[in-house]
Amino acid sequence: MIFAVITFPGSNCDRDCLDAIGRVLGFQVRSVFHKERLLGECDAVVVPGGFSYGDYLRAGALAKLSPIMDDVRRFADQGGPVVGICNGFQILCEAGLLPGALIRNRSLRFVSRVVELRVENPRPPFANSYVADQIIRLPIAHGEGCYVADQRTLDELERSGRVILRYAGPIRPDAPDGNPNGSMRAIAGIVNETGNVFGLMPHPERACDPLLGNTDGAGVFLSIARARTEVPPAEPARG
Amino acid sequence: MKAKVYVTYKPGVLDPQGQTVCAFLKNRGEARVRDVRIGKLIEFDLEDMPSDHAAALLSRISDELLANPIIETFTVDVP
Repeated sequence: MIFAVITFPGSNCDRDCLDAIGRVLGFQVRSVFHKERLLGECDAVVVPGGFSYGDYLRAGALAKLSPIMDDVRRFADQGGPVVGICNGFQILCEAGLLPGALIRNRSLRFVSRVVELRVENPRPPFANSYVADQIIRLPIAHGEGCYVADQRTLDELERSGRVILRYAGPIRPDAPDGNPNGSMRAIAGIVNETGNVFGLMPHPERACDPLLGNTDGAGVFLSIARARTEVPPAEPARG
Repeated sequence: MKAKVYVTYKPGVLDPQGQTVCAFLKNRGEARVRDVRIGKLIEFDLEDMPSDHAAALLSRISDELLANPIIETFTVDVP
């Protein structure tokens, strides 16, 4: 199981992802610079958080045109698992690999804290280490995490079980409904139509090492590995 | 030649910046202000070319990059 973690100019969670996936969870992991044209050998791609291109123009708008993104798109089109975390989620939305967009938080503030999330659908390959309705705790740290999409898209996401994570607390004066950024329907993480591209605003890679006191995020990466090994091997070619 | 592109949120997309400025102005007694929406102005310096070519060029650039069609619209302003 080899993970590839993309580094854009301004990414700042790429090292955290490499550390969590490699040192903490023990998977093979490679760093891929955004100017590369090919991902190379890998079984899953992580588009990490940060401020690619300084968030100039719009968060993720410039990164979507980086050279590596053509191969990320090819990898996703072939069914490979791609997870975009925070700025990575913004990039995947900008690239059209996920529906909707992420705009300025309702509060206009950068929000950095641990939130509670409900696992709405523990489907593979990103959430099969969790159980339905499980409440997990993950850090968020973003200024533009308010998920928006038109009503039809939102209904379709709900109907097809593509809302994976929803904000569920804590209730605070600046988040009376437990929704820290004003996301429509409190959406924190979704998958694409084919289920192999996952975007989420919370940071699972920051909640993997037991030393940090919370390992709720490890399930995202463990799910990917588990889903891969549980997939029955392809039929041998005939003729 | 100089040209401009205006990028604004579509109607209905929450604009907390505009709402904050609007509320601030109303609190200051600017009772005649009904609403405020904040967008972007992008100024270009282009090679000289016919206006329709400039408009087509900037429309393509806006479609591809400057505006996110899910939440924004754009207007091209060429002389």
